[in-house]
Amino acid sequence: MPLFDQLYNFAHWLTQNREEAEDLVQETYTKSLKGFPSFQLGTNFQAWMYRILRNTFLTSRTGLRGAPSVSLDSEEDAADLAVVAATPETILLAHASDELVQSAMDHLPVHFREILLLCEVEEMSYQEIAQTLSVPIGTVMSRLSRARKALRDRLQGQLQSG
Amino acid sequence: MTCESWKPKLDAYVDGELQSEEQRAFDAHVRTCPSCAADALARLQMKRSIRTAGKRFTPSTEFRQRMQPRIAAKPKRSPGFIWVTTTALVAILLVVDLTAIYSGRERVRTQRIYSEIADLHVATLASASPVDVVSTDRHTVKPWFQGKIPFAFDLPDLQNSEFSLLGGRMAYLDQSPGAQLIYELRKHRMSVFIFRDGSLRGKLDENSSLTKELPFSMEAWSQGGLRYFVIGDAGAADIDRLAKLFKSTGS
Repeated sequence: MPLFDQLYNFAHWLTQNREEAEDLVQETYTKSLKGFPSFQLGTNFQAWMYRILRNTFLTSRTGLRGAPSVSLDSEEDAADLAVVAATPETILLAHASDELVQSAMDHLPVHFREILLLCEVEEMSYQEIAQTLSVPIGTVMSRLSRARKALRDRLQGQLQSG
Repeated sequence: MTCESWKPKLDAYVDGELQSEEQRAFDAHVRTCPSCAADALARLQMKRSIRTAGKRFTPSTEFRQRMQPRIAAKPKRSPGFIWVTTTALVAILLVVDLTAIYSGRERVRTQRIYSEIADLHVATLASASPVDVVSTDRHTVKPWFQGKIPFAFDLPDLQNSEFSLLGGRMAYLDQSPGAQLIYELRKHRMSVFIFRDGSLRGKLDENSSLTKELPFSMEAWSQGGLRYFVIGDAGAADIDRLAKLFKSTGS
């Protein structure tokens, strides 16, 4: 079952619950089978599957609960990319343990968590992420930049408090 | 371009999203700008941390077993249509997988592996204690790895050679343990990485020209079930001579 493990990992990160992740993956496969005739050959199948999973999540109870309460429109200004200078702290953060990084990611808003996973774990290009999230590439770049900054800030806080 | 004009593009640079010409220009800038080089390295390390930490959840065996027949199950209505759809879906998934393996992903994966090797080398040289076993004697360095890595390897005899062994340390590539040996040649320090070939199978395109895009000279090859990487800021000819010394140990 190609993509099964990846979709499950992504679903579990989104829902943060094993049972809900299993339901989400199951529904994703059901919808993909039903909607397969609408899949356009030549387009990105991986992005299509992730988009189904994500849309299903967003309309679920957990997804609606985790939806941002403020508009994300302002982030579409690609020129407003966050620039974070490298400091000894950022290099120190690179040595943070998996558990610390996972804990920091757990606490990120879901729209930050998902874009980090699509970029770093699924190794999707900006174009593929844009297709999956149905947003312009400029938004992908600015959201990714903010997500990374949010993760760095949280990790830094955890390291300093620990 | 000034340093300030590069900074906003650092994310796109480490994500490999710049156009090839701009990527090359950025490579050249990074070689001469310690600030951007440190920033890019920190971002790459962060990317790697997220990648490792992000692969966190695996489906249970029960769920996998439950899903397998459902995905392939014949539905109650329109069996022919859904059966064809299911078959087509599986076929598409396989094609997507194969395409991903043999086209763009291969390049990305190879690039990632080579970048990690370069990062490991730079991080070692920047470390206050670059080696865990300090010795110029290969008969001291080689046994130090016994029990620490899941394979054995040979080190070349450096008599009558300009290279000198400084020591070794453990290294991890794609979560697999391996050996890193540090050599010196006229103040140039070079790393030789050795990993089990199986742990990298399918993740590396040996014929890739990506080594030419690195800010270091690098040579990579596979021999006797092991994967070797030689990297350093010495000239390509020096890297090649060190690589040949290693290749001769296995022949």
